[in-house]
Amino acid sequence: MKPEELLYSKTHEWVAIATDEAGAKVATVGISAFALEALTDLVFVDLPQVGRSVSAGEPFGEIESVKAVSDLYSPVDGEIVEVNSTLVDQLETLSDDPYTSGWFVKIRIADETALSGLMDHAAYQKQCEQEMADE
Amino acid sequence: MPACDVPSEPVERLLPPEALAQTAPSLPEVTEPELVRHFVNLSTQNMSVDSHFYPLGSCTMKYNPKRNETLSSLAGLLGLHPYQRVETIQGMLSILHSLQEMLAEISGLEAVSLQPAAGAHGEMTALFVAAAYVRDTDPARNVVLIPDGAHGTNPASAAMAGFKTVEVKSTPGGLVDLDDLASKLDERTAVFMITNPNTLGIFERNIAKICQMVHDAGGLVYLDGANMNAILGVTRPGDFGADMMHFNPHKTFSGPHGGGGPGAGPIAVTGKLAPYLPVPVVKKSGEEYGLDFDRPKTIGRVRSFFGNTGVLVRTYCYLRTHGPEGLRRVSENAVLNANYLLSRVKHFLPVPQGDRCMHEFVATAQTLKRERGVSALDIGKRLLDYGFHAPTVYFPLIVHEALMIEPTESECRSTLDAFAEALFRVTEEDPDLLHHAPHTTSVSRPDEVRAARQPILKWAGPER
Repeated sequence: MKPEELLYSKTHEWVAIATDEAGAKVATVGISAFALEALTDLVFVDLPQVGRSVSAGEPFGEIESVKAVSDLYSPVDGEIVEVNSTLVDQLETLSDDPYTSGWFVKIRIADETALSGLMDHAAYQKQCEQEMADE
Repeated sequence: MPACDVPSEPVERLLPPEALAQTAPSLPEVTEPELVRHFVNLSTQNMSVDSHFYPLGSCTMKYNPKRNETLSSLAGLLGLHPYQRVETIQGMLSILHSLQEMLAEISGLEAVSLQPAAGAHGEMTALFVAAAYVRDTDPARNVVLIPDGAHGTNPASAAMAGFKTVEVKSTPGGLVDLDDLASKLDERTAVFMITNPNTLGIFERNIAKICQMVHDAGGLVYLDGANMNAILGVTRPGDFGADMMHFNPHKTFSGPHGGGGPGAGPIAVTGKLAPYLPVPVVKKSGEEYGLDFDRPKTIGRVRSFFGNTGVLVRTYCYLRTHGPEGLRRVSENAVLNANYLLSRVKHFLPVPQGDRCMHEFVATAQTLKRERGVSALDIGKRLLDYGFHAPTVYFPLIVHEALMIEPTESECRSTLDAFAEALFRVTEEDPDLLHHAPHTTSVSRPDEVRAARQPILKWAGPER
């Protein structure tokens, strides 16, 4: 997936929206290259079980680097339908290919309200520049 | 050895064959001089406050007076056995009782438990106390609010005590965002945990209002006492509204730092929480000291015997040596030293929230990182080559490329000047030199990822 075509949350998750066979909207969620760079060397990732329901803004997992443990926040309300469990042993996938094979979970969206709060790529770029400039 | 005067049984009759080893365990066999050299040489590869300036922010690496080591090693204290009859340990109990009273006075809170074995253990104990209180009064309260700059132990303690944690944001100035706090306080709030001065080294000037807001919502205020070194004898957590707190004797009162040895993390709580404290509490009736186990609401024991008394005795000696006026001067000098260093450092390493600070400040290498690729880690590593321990890096998380610097009251001006100059020189050096620093230590850069993912946790045996 191309970063320009994705949506982004304030907490640096990217979201790709697709429709499944049953016609439900499914969000694929990962974290941006900017966030991965800030995290530095990754050590662990903790992902949820399939079937868990999540709500927008609430943590669905954790990522740990040599610097810190950070929560992974769900950008949408819904249910986890797929988890990229191969990541757990291949963390390098995240930095090698953050926007395609580096996805964490797929969430079947229950309520689309939260989608309107997400940013497009240009707005997200602006937020990242702002964060860099703030220091 | 004298002959055994009780009947003996061969081990084969006591244990099944599969539990018996056929060969002796493969333990290292070395001579005493080899052993001594091994540890002495290892110790010289380390940095300590006794060998180097150690401005490790948040850790308060002050000098530990040798006097406290001598006093706590007196035979009458060191040689006690915890199963001795209470009448024979009156001296130790009198020390512990006085310490309870002194810590209550310093905290401005009514009751103290000396049992917890570390600061984080104290936090967890206090959160268990809060959980027991909430169960008795309003069991629907199950949320602990924690600022985004908090020590990681705060959410861990809250989770261990069965609470759900919710993060409260900081303002750009580095203080608790009152609007965000207000929006998160409700009838489910059990506790708000706050560090004051906070982890940016700033005093939360709204602290009285914050405590009032939490109390109005029916919650308790927990004060993380990690930064008490800045406010001893100047203000008291109980006076600004805290209901419970812990002390870190290794930071504030000259207990030994780290090394995996015993620690202490006494807690102080307000009167309504006192019945829930761990047992035993040291009590005094007339001129006799004793141990009070008769506390029906207690959360129980959190540590064997009375806690780690060796550390508690050092704390007692430290407090008695300084006295109330001396303690206030400890904090005044800690704050003065930090502000002096801040005034020298901020010109070449920006300090985002840093016009003034309490006992420590947080600089950022963000600009250096962006413009020259030099990270906070590079700077910390390179300082080792100059004979200074690194500051804390990458904490708190709300400042990017953070370098958290805490000089403590122990250091003289020439040491602070030498450190500021070394730090300045490092920021001017060739990035390539910095990326591979340190160059003079026996180990340069350990592989942190491998250490976390594939730790070697036991001795693998001798090479054969």
